[in-house]
Amino acid sequence: MRRAERAIEHLLFACALLSVVTTVSIIAVLAVETVEFLKVAPMTEFLLGTEWTPLFADQKFGVLPLVAGTVLVSLIAMAVALPMGLLTAIYLSEYASAPVRRVAKPVLEVLAGVPTVVYGYFALLFVTPLLQHAVPGLAGFNALSPGIVTGIMILPMVSSLAEDAMRGVPVNLRAGAYALGATRMQTSLTVVVPAAFSGITAAFILAVSRAVGETMIVAIAAGQQPRLTLDPRVPIETMTAYIVQVSLGDTPTGTLEYRTIFAVGMLLFIGTFLLNLLSSALRRRYREEYA
Amino acid sequence: MNAVTAATIRPPVERAVARRRRRDRTFRLLAQSALWLALAVLAALLMSVVSGGWERLSWDFITSYPSRRAAAAGIYPALAGSMFLVVLTGALALPLGVGAALYLEEYGRGTRLERLIEINIANLAAVPSIIYGLLGLGLFVRALAMERSLLAGACTLALLVLPIVILATREALRAVPKSLREASYALGATKWQTVWHQVLPVAFPGILTGLILALSRAIGETAPLITIGALTYVPFVPDSIWSPFTALPIQIFNWVSRPQTAFLQNAAAGILVLLAVLLTMNSAAIWLRDRFQKQGVS
Repeated sequence: MRRAERAIEHLLFACALLSVVTTVSIIAVLAVETVEFLKVAPMTEFLLGTEWTPLFADQKFGVLPLVAGTVLVSLIAMAVALPMGLLTAIYLSEYASAPVRRVAKPVLEVLAGVPTVVYGYFALLFVTPLLQHAVPGLAGFNALSPGIVTGIMILPMVSSLAEDAMRGVPVNLRAGAYALGATRMQTSLTVVVPAAFSGITAAFILAVSRAVGETMIVAIAAGQQPRLTLDPRVPIETMTAYIVQVSLGDTPTGTLEYRTIFAVGMLLFIGTFLLNLLSSALRRRYREEYA
Repeated sequence: MNAVTAATIRPPVERAVARRRRRDRTFRLLAQSALWLALAVLAALLMSVVSGGWERLSWDFITSYPSRRAAAAGIYPALAGSMFLVVLTGALALPLGVGAALYLEEYGRGTRLERLIEINIANLAAVPSIIYGLLGLGLFVRALAMERSLLAGACTLALLVLPIVILATREALRAVPKSLREASYALGATKWQTVWHQVLPVAFPGILTGLILALSRAIGETAPLITIGALTYVPFVPDSIWSPFTALPIQIFNWVSRPQTAFLQNAAAGILVLLAVLLTMNSAAIWLRDRFQKQGVS
């Protein structure tokens, strides 16, 4: 009996340890191929080069155009998700009645549950044609439309995490502001938001990480042209879309082209990993503030 | 200079108060419209998909194989592939996720290793799905030689949704009252007997809700499956876990990437089927959660 109990405990521990094994495997898989890749393309060319043409006869391995594409789409996404998410969170946390909140929150969650391939369809066939009426010179594939749609996709994440942070602010602080005659707007903007600041920032950073890793929306609607530009009207390519592009073709394994996707993946992993760490450090801080 | 009296100070104060109230109302309207705008986008998304694909949707569309002619093409192998994939993913993720959650919640002693595992799980939940695709490609497809099989796809998706299953299970376990465990121990039960016969049955609806939500995430995933090399043209239904496969989101992506309007219509119709499947799964999860909550109260 005692021995069976111990065996079960060990088995359960192995399940828990699997998550660590997963992380180690991710790093190992990415590192092995990245090292092979860097033997051919030197690190300086990879990180600082401004041309990315590994699939052409004249191969160049400067990853900056892909990074620029990812940064551009993420910036546009945050320009949508940050103000809208924060305003939605303030409305839900400070203004809305309980019944409104009960209806609005699950409906917002639906936005988060829509598969990204569906958002891609929406960006390509609804948002882009709509924007072409308003933005002169907007190409059929561009950074603007997938950026906006990615912003909509991460909005529920921003609003729900920011709202959690705001609801964590002690009611005494609000009561103090109201006692001094402040309106709800003044209380929200000068008391609640500053008090919840680290929690709100954590939400934003986690959302940026989601936007950086978003794949299908950009693979469908942003085009596949690595281009070092901050012009949102022209076709670009993000790091994630490049990985999809190569995976769809029939690149033989073990070739240099095949290894590029792991090198790009490594960069993507490191970037999002740092953002996630920063976000969880900030979240811990806001928990401590009002523990 | 005039003396400050109630009569002289009142009008400016009232004006200031009125101005602040006005500003507050404007701000409220602004915040409210942000919420409405988000909901309007959701409505626009649904409308664009319905108007794009409703006419194409038919029983033939669901039961036909893919074809070069858009009008004859259907989603049967893709839908079947998605179903197999979800079942297999669930079968892998459920025991592993529940096992990990049980260890952390019931057996854990709060050691540093456990803290590390917890932080690690939270971090894994935020790793982009395409990175899991690269992991699946390097580990399952290549190193473990599973090739581009259904099993490799399910293993990849299982790792992807594992953090969701673990977090949901831990929450369900935490909701089980302590008195239940103590009563079981008092009757002489061992730890595992307590967990297996008392704790797990009570936590089961909560765990199942978490599993369904995790699987509804898995069924919509496209990028990791493309990365591990799921095929885009599969004119057959997978007959074993070693069989090549395609999935509904991949079929949709394949159709969206084509310029012809007829294929875009197919994509929209495919999306409608995918959304219907998701709606069914989420309704089941909500129904379970409600039942669970009622049980918890009584």
